[in-house]
Amino acid sequence: MHPAFSVIFLTTLIGVGQGLFIAVFTAEYFNWIGLLNVEVDPMFYIIGGLVSLVFMAGGLLASFFHLGHPERAWRAASQWRTSWLSREVIALPAFMAIEFLYVLAHYLQFNEPTTIIIGIVGVIATFALFICTGMIYACLSFLREWASPLTIINFILFGLASGFIFATAYSAYANPAFVQTFGWFAVAFTVVVFITRSLSLSRNQKLKQKPKTTTQTAIGSHHTQVTQRSQGQMGGSYNTREFFHGKTEMFLKNMRGIFMVLVFPVPMILMGLGLSAGNPNLLLAAFVIQYVGLIAERWYFFAQVNHPQNLYYQTVS
Amino acid sequence: MTQLALVIDLNVCVGCHACVTSCKQWNTSGDAGPLPDDNPYGANPTGVFFNRVQTYEVGKFPNTETIHFPKSCLHCEDAPCVPVCPTGASYKRKEDGIVLVDYDKCIGCKYCSWACPYGAREFDEHDKVMKKCTLCVDRIYDQNLPETERKPACVMACPPGARLFGDIHDPDSEVSSAIREQGGFALMPELGTQPSNHYLPRHKRKIPIHEDELVRVDSPLAKEEKKDYDEGSASLEDSASW
Repeated sequence: MHPAFSVIFLTTLIGVGQGLFIAVFTAEYFNWIGLLNVEVDPMFYIIGGLVSLVFMAGGLLASFFHLGHPERAWRAASQWRTSWLSREVIALPAFMAIEFLYVLAHYLQFNEPTTIIIGIVGVIATFALFICTGMIYACLSFLREWASPLTIINFILFGLASGFIFATAYSAYANPAFVQTFGWFAVAFTVVVFITRSLSLSRNQKLKQKPKTTTQTAIGSHHTQVTQRSQGQMGGSYNTREFFHGKTEMFLKNMRGIFMVLVFPVPMILMGLGLSAGNPNLLLAAFVIQYVGLIAERWYFFAQVNHPQNLYYQTVS
Repeated sequence: MTQLALVIDLNVCVGCHACVTSCKQWNTSGDAGPLPDDNPYGANPTGVFFNRVQTYEVGKFPNTETIHFPKSCLHCEDAPCVPVCPTGASYKRKEDGIVLVDYDKCIGCKYCSWACPYGAREFDEHDKVMKKCTLCVDRIYDQNLPETERKPACVMACPPGARLFGDIHDPDSEVSSAIREQGGFALMPELGTQPSNHYLPRHKRKIPIHEDELVRVDSPLAKEEKKDYDEGSASLEDSASW
């Protein structure tokens, strides 16, 4: 597939936003049930929630650049019965609305059970959104690289990891009492997603060796030697632009190497240094580097998919 | 229930692209507006086509065979492009099973094209909507056309008649009997999309000819002597044996 930057930014930005909201609410919830005992200014939740909303809005804005007719985007909410994309179109603003209520409740200094209830509803909405985003890709059964529960798990864990790293950096500036909690959560999520993403990478590697759909099934000629000699066009078309990444195998491998380094070890080292030294700048650097890595990760997520339609576009002439 | 579809005989298709050009001509001239052609006379012409003819080589040289392979939307019975559409622009008609895009509802998210394993959908970069074969829905029901012409443009154009059009749910239709009797097959059956369009397989045709059939028993040449003409002035008519 040809990776679209609009979708790369959409999925990475809302991932950070969702993870950050869960982090901020985790802080409040742990305080409420007594796991933590931290003096908190409501501004901590308000700013945390607002920053998360900015990430969400950034993702939403990016998604519009993917559309040919953004002015008709409202129509996309209509087919929620069948389309995961439609469900995401509903879940994203719904989560933003609940998050806004959460911020508003803190701004109006509501008592704790109210903000906790809104927060729990928000967490449910966050996971609903994660599942919708993941299912958009996982539901396409013949795009086998995506059609796996790992796709959804990775979306959730990447969102949580990047959101919690941001929350760690944020609390280092705003309320250092939360730094250790957020930090260890962030490390745990990053370690787990390293495992699950590695699993999906090795799964996809194995898929290559056993293709389900071949040129033979594509044209119904089951000879062992079938070669395309012409694709019926010389200058390319949507089919050759949308479904090929247009880069070399080497480029793809390098991209995988880059994201495996930028998303996992580098931020972990910076987190370790930042947490032990209590240096907010190192924590912020960990977030920025991981986010850059996530852009590469998402690029690879799209590029590695070998769409079955490509079987019809192997040779120009 | 009706399911209109094309049945393409790969044994007859000669790869002339007449279906491609007539499809383009018809569908670029309709109410839905033109199909783009960018850079048509340049080095890299590109545009939207609903139908393309591809060519495959089967076997190992020198024992190879050529398959010309026309490819358009297969109007799947379980079309994977339809349920994924977030706006309902992509739909399958109940009355005749044609899969269509409502260009006024399409937001151009391209998700349906990702969901189509056949690459049957092409995005119009000018109108910013997804386009695809309509099975000439604006032609096959046109009461102003003579009944014999109420067929898709590609079917009308095919010189050797490799393309059949009809209702594959009607067991007595021309297409159904062709599928049944000539081993019609679907593309990528393993994906479960149940394509409505079918293809009739290539097979080797052999006409048994016995030696006595090569020489006409009543050949006039056998009875009459071979005429001796001046090679320089003799025309076709002079040498004809009537």
